[in-house]
Amino acid sequence: MTIIALDSSGTVATVAIARDGRLLAEYTVDNGMTHSQTMLPMLDAITKQLNLKMEEVDAVAVADGPGSFTGLRIGCATAKGIGLAIGKPVIAVPTLEALACNVYGTQELVCPMMNARREQIYTALYAFTQEKGEVRSQLENGEYALEVLEDQTAEDVREWCHVINSYARPTVLLGDGADDFRSILEEELQVPYRFAPLHQNRQRAGALAMIAMQYYKQGKIQDAAQVRPVYLRKSQAEREREARLAESGTEGRSFCPAP
Amino acid sequence: MEKKRVLAIESSCDETAAAVVVDGREILSNVISSQIDLHTLYGGVVPEIASRKHLERINQVIQEALDQAKLTLQDIDLIGVTYGPGLVGALLVGVAEAKAISYASGIPLVGVHHIEGHICANYLQYPQLKPPFACLVVSGGHTHLVLVKDYGEYEILGHTRDDAAGEAFDKVARAIGLGYPGGPKIDKTAREGDPDAIHFPRAKIAGNAYDFSFSGLKSAVLNYLNGCSMRGESISVPDVAASFQKAVTDVLVEHAMAAVEEYGFTRLAIAGGVASNSALRTAMEEACSKKGVEFYRPAPILCTDNAAMIGSAAYYDYYVRGLRSDFTLNAVPNLRLGER
Repeated sequence: MTIIALDSSGTVATVAIARDGRLLAEYTVDNGMTHSQTMLPMLDAITKQLNLKMEEVDAVAVADGPGSFTGLRIGCATAKGIGLAIGKPVIAVPTLEALACNVYGTQELVCPMMNARREQIYTALYAFTQEKGEVRSQLENGEYALEVLEDQTAEDVREWCHVINSYARPTVLLGDGADDFRSILEEELQVPYRFAPLHQNRQRAGALAMIAMQYYKQGKIQDAAQVRPVYLRKSQAEREREARLAESGTEGRSFCPAP
Repeated sequence: MEKKRVLAIESSCDETAAAVVVDGREILSNVISSQIDLHTLYGGVVPEIASRKHLERINQVIQEALDQAKLTLQDIDLIGVTYGPGLVGALLVGVAEAKAISYASGIPLVGVHHIEGHICANYLQYPQLKPPFACLVVSGGHTHLVLVKDYGEYEILGHTRDDAAGEAFDKVARAIGLGYPGGPKIDKTAREGDPDAIHFPRAKIAGNAYDFSFSGLKSAVLNYLNGCSMRGESISVPDVAASFQKAVTDVLVEHAMAAVEEYGFTRLAIAGGVASNSALRTAMEEACSKKGVEFYRPAPILCTDNAAMIGSAAYYDYYVRGLRSDFTLNAVPNLRLGER
């Protein structure tokens, strides 16, 4: 089984091609350029190096959110376009689950964080566990399962530190949010913690491919046409409209702003 | 040359569209998924909502275009996609999708200028039409008077200095309570009004007789409404709509006719969303027939944003002009006509 994996949810563009138990190619670039210009040329480059034929591809994996709205759309549209062209399904993986898999098997709690602007982070809390129990996302690769302790959310950094503290367990922090809010984390966290090293602290399509293989085996695939990002946030216009409606107490009344 | 089938994708504003066009002239399918109901809630197009909706619909729209044409991707020779101008987030959905299909299928790709697409709508409506001709492009985002010298070769004679014609329609419609989208609503309401009831100004632009300005007209309408309200006078919405519409069409027709005169054109085409305005079509038709100029006006379905027009433009870009796009193709929100 062969899959293409791509993630343009954050600051890096990362693509990979994996077959069965092997990562055939992975290409990650963090150059600040728009993913629209970088990602597909990167995928094309590794495709050519492997001399990969599209007939060999069984599915396309994509990190479907949260993340930059535009980045998620570039990634999802790319996955949907490939899926449409080759008639194969898409494996949509939560961005933060894939990011957590960078530190697969650790005994610490795993807290990926992405800078979500507006003083917030996209974050979640995971544990790799061998115990049976309430395991919502099975990751039966070897002996560990990825347990979702706190589902993906957009949260104020300081508020989130209280959540981490409440678990009272050593925690590994990763993602650009961990770097950007380092001083706040150092101030607020009362559990033992460490920052993931450079080869683990950003999205890696290899990790995405690994967890996507598990999703595929569990039948967690979608028709390419059905894929839509998990933004975790409504658009500003929708939020403002809802606030206005809540304020005026009327529902469905159309609002005409002054010209 | 064997017939070339182009799959075209358009997502520059609030229509998700795909089409299959043969040799730049024959439409096999032209699928448009409009988001207009969604944006009506906000009184105009919300870019983030438009981008989200494009992504939700795009595969279904492309598949529908192929199905209606009774073709599969294997039958397609070229993929054309709008890469500008337009809303950047909206454009990116179509561009990323088109590039991915090109990557996975090996079908070549060309990025298309949205306004060139509008002009090419005339080639679909009139299979015999060939350059040179003059074209007035009027839409929600654009107002250009263009000399089409050859396929893909343009000279811009005039453009708007401020609001596009369609933008003025939207703003005035909102002010008189007709809501969004303004163009069709004003067109309909104006039929019950007197176009000579109120005299609104026709702007003249210093420096270039072919440039347009519509923000002054919009302000004049708003001042008129304010004046009425201060004096406690009621307004006739149909009269305001008809008088405003006449002011716009007068300017568009006058500029187009002046250009026809100066450059000696024998053919004038119109294009873009506002080109489906019935008053403009009638006025331009009359003016052209007086001067013995042939008048070309695409059917309304080809005036609105659609992908068939992009398919026509892509054909000429690729097979006639030899243009190509690679996987670095990006959305260019402010792309100018004639630029790449």
